[in-house]
Amino acid sequence: MSPVPASAPIVRVEGLSAGYDGNVLLRDVNFTVNRGEVFIILGGSGCGKSTLLKHMIGLYQPLAGHVFIDGDDIVTAEGPARQAILKRIGVMYQSGALFGSMTLLENVRLPLEEYTALPLPAMDLIARMKLELVGLEAFCGHMPSEISGGMQKRAAIARAMALDPSILFLDEPSAGLDPITSAELDALIRRLATSLRITFVIVSHELASIYAIADRVIMLDKRVKGIIAEGDPRVLRDTSENPWVRQFFRREVDAVAETA
Amino acid sequence: MSALAATAPDAPVAQATLSIADAADGSRILALGGRLDAYSIAEVWAEALAALAAAPTRRIVVDAGAVDYCDGGGVAMLVDLLRQPRAAEAGVSVRGLRPEFQTLLDQFDLSVLAAPAAPPPLRVNAIEEIGRATATLGRDMRTQIEFIGNTSGALWYSMTHPHRVRWKDVWYTCEQVGANALPIVALISFLFGVILAFEAAVPMRQFGAEIFVADLIGLSILRELGPLMTAILLAGRSGAAFAAEIGTMKVNEELNALTTMGLDPVRFLVVTRIIASLLMVPLLSLFADLIGVLAGGLTMLSFNIPFVTYLKEVASIVNLKDVLLGLVKTPVFAILIAGIGCLRGLETQTGASAVGISATRAVVSGIVLLVAVDGIFAVIYYILDL
Repeated sequence: MSPVPASAPIVRVEGLSAGYDGNVLLRDVNFTVNRGEVFIILGGSGCGKSTLLKHMIGLYQPLAGHVFIDGDDIVTAEGPARQAILKRIGVMYQSGALFGSMTLLENVRLPLEEYTALPLPAMDLIARMKLELVGLEAFCGHMPSEISGGMQKRAAIARAMALDPSILFLDEPSAGLDPITSAELDALIRRLATSLRITFVIVSHELASIYAIADRVIMLDKRVKGIIAEGDPRVLRDTSENPWVRQFFRREVDAVAETA
Repeated sequence: MSALAATAPDAPVAQATLSIADAADGSRILALGGRLDAYSIAEVWAEALAALAAAPTRRIVVDAGAVDYCDGGGVAMLVDLLRQPRAAEAGVSVRGLRPEFQTLLDQFDLSVLAAPAAPPPLRVNAIEEIGRATATLGRDMRTQIEFIGNTSGALWYSMTHPHRVRWKDVWYTCEQVGANALPIVALISFLFGVILAFEAAVPMRQFGAEIFVADLIGLSILRELGPLMTAILLAGRSGAAFAAEIGTMKVNEELNALTTMGLDPVRFLVVTRIIASLLMVPLLSLFADLIGVLAGGLTMLSFNIPFVTYLKEVASIVNLKDVLLGLVKTPVFAILIAGIGCLRGLETQTGASAVGISATRAVVSGIVLLVAVDGIFAVIYYILDL
C-alpha cells in the first residue's frame, strides 16, 4: 500500500443536481470528503440533506453530476462494479432499518454471509466483535423489537461496519434520542473514526453533536439549492458573514426571511 | 486518482499467507502475512486453528510482522486464535503486529469474547405456550365482540348523524372498491359463465338437452355464484387492502394520533369503508350476474343455440325472486368483507411482517366466513321454501 496523505479526498461530489418530479432540490453541488474525517452535512429541514446522502450512496439517480467513492463513480457504475463500491461503504438509516425478523447477531452477520466465504463460527465472532464495538455484545440474541431506539441505531452502525467499510454514512444518528444516548453515540462515532480510521459522512442538524464530532461541515440551504458554507463548524459560527449560517448556528428565528 | 486507486480495498494486493515453523525454544511460530480481511482469510483462519489444535502442549507465537493490511475481519481471526482454551504453559501470543493494527486488536475484551455468545432471552416452554395461546384466543374473541359492538354503535351514530360521515372518504373508497374492481369482476364472471356453460353443455348434448344449460346458468349464477364470486374476489382485493391500509396506519401511529385527537378510529376508518362496501358490493354482484349470463349465452352459440332462444329460456325459468334472493345476501357479504378487513387492520402488531400477517388473516377469515354465511343463507332459503 502506498502511503496516502491524511487529507486525500475519499468522496468527491461533482456538479450534482438532484430533485424529484421536475422539482430541483440541489443544483450543481461540489465538495469533497477527506479520508478519515468526520464530515457533517447540515442545514434546515427540507434543504435536501437526506436527499444528498441518498445520492451519495447510489440509492437515487441524480439529474446531473457524479459521485466518486474512492475514485469510482457510483452514479454510472453497474453490476459487479457497483457492488464493489457498495461493499466499501456502510449506511445507517434514520430508523436503524434492522431486519425485524432477525436477531442483532443475524443482522450483523447477513452481509458477511452474502459476501465472504468464512465459516459460520468465524462470521459469528466477527459479528459479536462489531456488536462489542458499539457496546451491544450482551444483546446478540435479542430481536430489534426487544431493544431501545438508541440501541437499534448502534446495532445498525454495527451492521453497517460488518464488512469493514472505509466510509460510513449515517442519516440523522442523533434524531429522536435523549441527550445522554445521543452523546454516547457521538463518543462512539469519534472513537471509531480515531481507532478504525473510518471516514464518516453524517447528516445532522443537532448543534451539540455537530460541535462534538465534526472535523468539517457543509451547510445546505433550500433558498440557493446548494452549499452556503463549508469548513470547521466553530469557525463558521464565529466568523461567517452569511446571515443564514450565523442564524443556524445561533439558533435564531428566521429574522432574515421576515425582513426580506 | 492513482493514489486513491492503489488504496482501494479491491485493488490487487497480496492475499493472506500462513507458514508454520518450530522455533528452537520449542514454541510453534505461525507467520501470517499479506492482507487480512474478511474476503481473504477464510483458508488461513482454518489452517491456523488446525495448527493450534495439532500442538496442544506447545507455546504458540503468531508472528504478524509481514501483515500489511488488517481490518476487523483479520482482527477477529487473531482474537479467535487468542481466545482458544489452552493450558497456561501453552498459551498463544501475537507479536510484530503494526501499531495501527495492534490498536484495533487492543479494543476487544478477550474474556468477553472467549465466553460463548449470550444466550437469547428465555423462550417459553410448550405448556406455557399453550396457556398463552389460549389467553390470546380469549382476548381475540373479546376484541372481536368489542369491535362488532363499536362498529354497530358507530354505524348507528352515522345513520342518525349523516352529516358527520366523512362522505369524501366514502366516495373515494367506493371508487377503490367498486369502479376499480369492474375489470376483474367482469373477467372472472365472464370466464365463469363460459366454463360453466361449456362443461354443462357437453354432457347435456348427448341427451339433446343443450337448451337447459340456460336454466342451469340462469339459476346458479343469479342465486348463488354471481354474488358469492364477487364477494370472494372483493375479500381478496379490498378486504386485504383495508387490512393493509389500516395496519400500516397503526404501525405508523396514525391510529394513536386519531385517538389522542379524540376521534374514534372506528367511526373515522371503519364506518366509511363499510358504507362504501354496502353501496358497491350489490352493484358489482348485479354486474357479475349480467356478465355471467351473457357469457353463457355466447358459449351456447357454439352449440347452435341462438342468443334469443337462450335469453327466452333464461327468462322462463328465472324470475325476479331469484335475482333478489341472490342480491339480498350481498349487503351481508359487504359488511363481512369490510368489517373483517378493518378488524384485522386494527389488530395489527408491530414489525415489518405484521401488515402482511394482517392482510393474510383478513383474506383467509373473510373467505371462510363468506362461504359459511352463504351456506346459512342456503339453509334458510330451503326452510322457507324460497
